[in-house]
Amino acid sequence: MPRTIIDKIWENHVVTEENGTALLYIDRHLVHEVTSPQAFEGLRIAGRKVRRPELTFAVPDHNVPTTDRSRGIADPVSALQVDTLADNARHFGVTHFAMNDPRQGIVHVIAPEQGITLPGQTIVCGDSHTATHGAFGSLAFGIGTSEVEHVLATQTLAQSRPRTMEIRLVGQPPRGITPKDLILAVIGQIGAAGGTGYVIEFTGDPVRALSMEGRMTLCNMAIEAGARAGLVAPDATTFAYIKGRPYAPKGETWEKAVAAWKELPSDPGATYDKTVLVDVSALSPQVTWGTNPGQVVGVDGRVPDPESFSDAVVRDSARKALAYMGLTPGTPLAEIPVTRIFIGSCTNGRIEDLRAAARVAKGRKVAPGVSAMVVPGSGLVRTQAEQEGLHTIFLEAGFEWREPGCSMCLGMNPDQLAPFERCASTSNRNFEGRQGKNGRTHLVSPEMAAAAAVSGRFVDHRTLA
Amino acid sequence: MDAFVTLDALAAPLDRANVDTDAIIPKQFLKTIRRTGLGVALFYDWRYKDAPSDGRTEGLVPDPSFVLNDPRYKGARILLARENFGCGSSREHAPWALLDYGFRAIVAPSFADIFYNNCFKNGILPVVLPADHVDRLFREVAATPGYRLTIDLPSQKVLLPSKESFSFSIDPVRKNHLLEGLDEIGLAEKKAPLIEAYEKRRQEREPWLVPAAPGGR
Repeated sequence: MPRTIIDKIWENHVVTEENGTALLYIDRHLVHEVTSPQAFEGLRIAGRKVRRPELTFAVPDHNVPTTDRSRGIADPVSALQVDTLADNARHFGVTHFAMNDPRQGIVHVIAPEQGITLPGQTIVCGDSHTATHGAFGSLAFGIGTSEVEHVLATQTLAQSRPRTMEIRLVGQPPRGITPKDLILAVIGQIGAAGGTGYVIEFTGDPVRALSMEGRMTLCNMAIEAGARAGLVAPDATTFAYIKGRPYAPKGETWEKAVAAWKELPSDPGATYDKTVLVDVSALSPQVTWGTNPGQVVGVDGRVPDPESFSDAVVRDSARKALAYMGLTPGTPLAEIPVTRIFIGSCTNGRIEDLRAAARVAKGRKVAPGVSAMVVPGSGLVRTQAEQEGLHTIFLEAGFEWREPGCSMCLGMNPDQLAPFERCASTSNRNFEGRQGKNGRTHLVSPEMAAAAAVSGRFVDHRTLA
Repeated sequence: MDAFVTLDALAAPLDRANVDTDAIIPKQFLKTIRRTGLGVALFYDWRYKDAPSDGRTEGLVPDPSFVLNDPRYKGARILLARENFGCGSSREHAPWALLDYGFRAIVAPSFADIFYNNCFKNGILPVVLPADHVDRLFREVAATPGYRLTIDLPSQKVLLPSKESFSFSIDPVRKNHLLEGLDEIGLAEKKAPLIEAYEKRRQEREPWLVPAAPGGR
């Protein structure tokens, strides 16, 4: 029987199965400082070890300051959490990329960068954006701290088999439409809970055409549609990205691995529990107007009237969202002023994202009254950007150039919105209070964030080209 | 983990869809290295007037417009909620905060996957009921001060004050774990020989399972 890539990966990782619950083997366990201390504490209390420390990788990313770090972390509570991760990694023998390691960065940026993420794997992390790694054709999903402890102790997780969903992008995206626009449009179509219970495979020519960075942006936000995971079947683009990375297989093992990975794509005729077509041929750059990522329109659109929604729950959500966002129905998106810009995060903090933003920023100035910052996703992204001179473009345009980390995507470090500040952000969540209490977040692509920075409002970045 | 069998308790309504885990417990409380004491931070930004962003929990003034601050819901252990409850971040601090506040069950038309999982690990029962049943519970709880529900896990039923009941479905393995309050890690450890055999097979077939020593590039 023809199988989807999701079926193939799933079946290859079932250790044993009882009453519909599989004990699933986990190939890579990524750990950060926020969701792991209680899990390691649980191991210590029970006298357990980490079963496979060589499959476990730790990095601090949420709490780290993005300004000068040479004197450590000012907030003692954040510092304790970061130190606790270092202690736990040392005690349990887990590889740890410390805050001042040049390879440090957002866990979902550095694992692919280091060649830790590979096709066909099961990858977990106590972080919902683990879906990012699905870009490599792996089954990657976020878990809670109890499950982190379970994986540390047993290298397995008890899981029920997910339903499968194909999201097929059709049509040729117009010029200047980015991976971020594609995924925001997908979520806008299927809704913030449209993927609940499913693992999504993204298919179609527009997906095939994406770089690995683009595929990571796409898969990263599968969770924002409620999906357990999102993935893209591996191909030559995938193999070329991985080859030669520090932790990637080498020599004969590499050849063998690539041969196996070529068997992963869904078989012709394989069926999914659900297939959704998303026409991307008429998209314009997407901007969210509400407080969940599915509340999104094109930059040429207007803030919708909640009363226009027929579903009572959708209507009520839209009303609450507009009240929180301080927006009036019918306002053209292009007339909404912004005062803060955040370029970064596990969604859009990779080198291509910074290049894209720099192309827009080049030779322009951040608008008066606007504060803009660029936070590279990792130390290596930062270094590469500096080698390419991108930091000079940003600095000359009036952007701040920061150290890597999660930063204002969730503001666990000092990078936060002030109350009622309005931000164009390349991150993944526009939830109430996410970037700071009463902060107003609009999710956009790096190009759109840079265009907003130099314009002081939302503007179609293609008109600046 | 405490077992969950039957719960007879006051219900409190939280009438909004897509309540995310950032709203259940905001970022400033994720810096803790403990699981306990998070109840005071539950729904922090909604629950307190001028809630500070520094994570302070002393001297806070409850916002009377937030439903859980209504005295009639004091002591509620069942939370009535709407679609996609618990979406967003995987933070287990969300169920920890709900539990510490006193909730043992949440009734909603749908839950986000990771949050749903996390509830079971902490002895909280998430009950999925059809949207029209949940609608009715919202109407009744609003109309009836002191409105209580009984949730019976063995029979998979929510009993209303009218003696009517709504059935719910639940994965049998999860049900059993809740009923027994089982240690799942201990259960998986009993399967160590199977895990070892699996690892051996995988390592032979896919020697790249263990990452290469860093080098190259």
